[in-house]
Amino acid sequence: MSNSLYQSDIVSIRDLSLEQIQLILETAKLFKERTALKTLQDKIIAHCFFEPSTRTRLSFETASLRLGGNVIGFSNDESISVKKGETLADTIRVISSYADLIVLRHQQEGAARLAAEVSDKPIINAGDGANQHPTQALLDLFTIQECQDRINGLSIAFVGDLKYGRTIHSLTQACMKFDVRLYLVSPETLALPESICDNLKKQGVRFSFHSSLEEVIPKVDILYMTRIQQERFGDAEYQLVKNKFILTPSMLHYARPNLKVLHPLPRVNEIDIAVDNTPYAHYFTQAANAVYVREALLTLLLNEQIP
Amino acid sequence: MTKTLSVSAIKNGTVIDHIRSGDALRIIHLFHLLDDKNKLTVGLNLPSKRLGLKDLIKIENRVLTNDEANEIAVFAPEATINIVKEFGVLEKVTTQLPSKIRNIFGCPNPKCVTHNEIADSIFSIVEQGKQVQLICQYCEKSFNRDQVKVKTWSNIK
Repeated sequence: MSNSLYQSDIVSIRDLSLEQIQLILETAKLFKERTALKTLQDKIIAHCFFEPSTRTRLSFETASLRLGGNVIGFSNDESISVKKGETLADTIRVISSYADLIVLRHQQEGAARLAAEVSDKPIINAGDGANQHPTQALLDLFTIQECQDRINGLSIAFVGDLKYGRTIHSLTQACMKFDVRLYLVSPETLALPESICDNLKKQGVRFSFHSSLEEVIPKVDILYMTRIQQERFGDAEYQLVKNKFILTPSMLHYARPNLKVLHPLPRVNEIDIAVDNTPYAHYFTQAANAVYVREALLTLLLNEQIP
Repeated sequence: MTKTLSVSAIKNGTVIDHIRSGDALRIIHLFHLLDDKNKLTVGLNLPSKRLGLKDLIKIENRVLTNDEANEIAVFAPEATINIVKEFGVLEKVTTQLPSKIRNIFGCPNPKCVTHNEIADSIFSIVEQGKQVQLICQYCEKSFNRDQVKVKTWSNIK
């Protein structure tokens, strides 16, 4: 079976059609159900992380190695020629002549789009500033589909920093391709950007704003928690907002039995560790799924025929 | 009462009329209308039945292309653009919003990659009701037309 993602770039979730997203999720399911095939044999994957990353980088490297690929790259910009003043475009042009695919994380918004324009090899955006993190959104969708057996018809709450979180931006855009009901729970100052809300309206997605976590818990199938960074608030203000957005086991008393709590990690204090022992905690499974989804992406981009 | 023109007529060229008051100078800068040294006459805060007050630009000896006219429509949707020949209107240009606008404005997002790299600035144009939104091709941020600014020499590389 030939696939439409072969030799393409994964820059923004907006670029992917519903069919392509479904293909990625189905392929990830195959990789989860059986031992990884060696779909990257003789391929070199460059992991270019201009910013530190733990989960994203290691899960991409794990995926590449499991599929038989070879890995080159760097995990910060300290030791590379960018420090000498080289442009990102030149760095990418050179690396694209060495590797078969580039996984790129960069602090500047739009870096992956620019890289895709100058590279003749596929680029996967592993996060560009506060803009996009499409592979996180795809692994979130995969996890949602896996734990609820569907995406359409679900009620999903996004909680925390909805303004600056690229994960939320990408996942919200991914949700626009499905029939879901969104509950947006955040302090007023960290609400979802207006432009994304306009898009939700345009796409006919039903959504509502909330300032309390407890009022939405009984209504949703997925509770997607994110971290509220203390530095975005004054001390007094932070004390006021933080308790409203920290999930504790007692809050889950009226939760639906099928509720699953997700979090892109790292968690700081927004999910009480006692929640880990409840049947609702699903964030570590979500983190494990990162490898399968990234295996699927690497395979689809570098193999015209799906094995 | 004798009717007189507030801004003297031009023999050949382009007249951009019914610009929202206050936007004429911005349009001149944004679209580099001063660059080719053509004679330019400008009327500011002229009375207008439709707009209350309006601005007007007359460009001697330069005929705007359809693409240029369409780009001006992004910033002056009410404007009328007429091509003038021998003091008469030769053609009324019908504008339509372009789907993209390239290298005229810089991205207002300071974290956008276009500020540090050699990259064209490209915006998609999206109509949302009566609002026109410009979406940066790179950082994907959305701006209204009052937020974008002319690309300065420092960021044209």
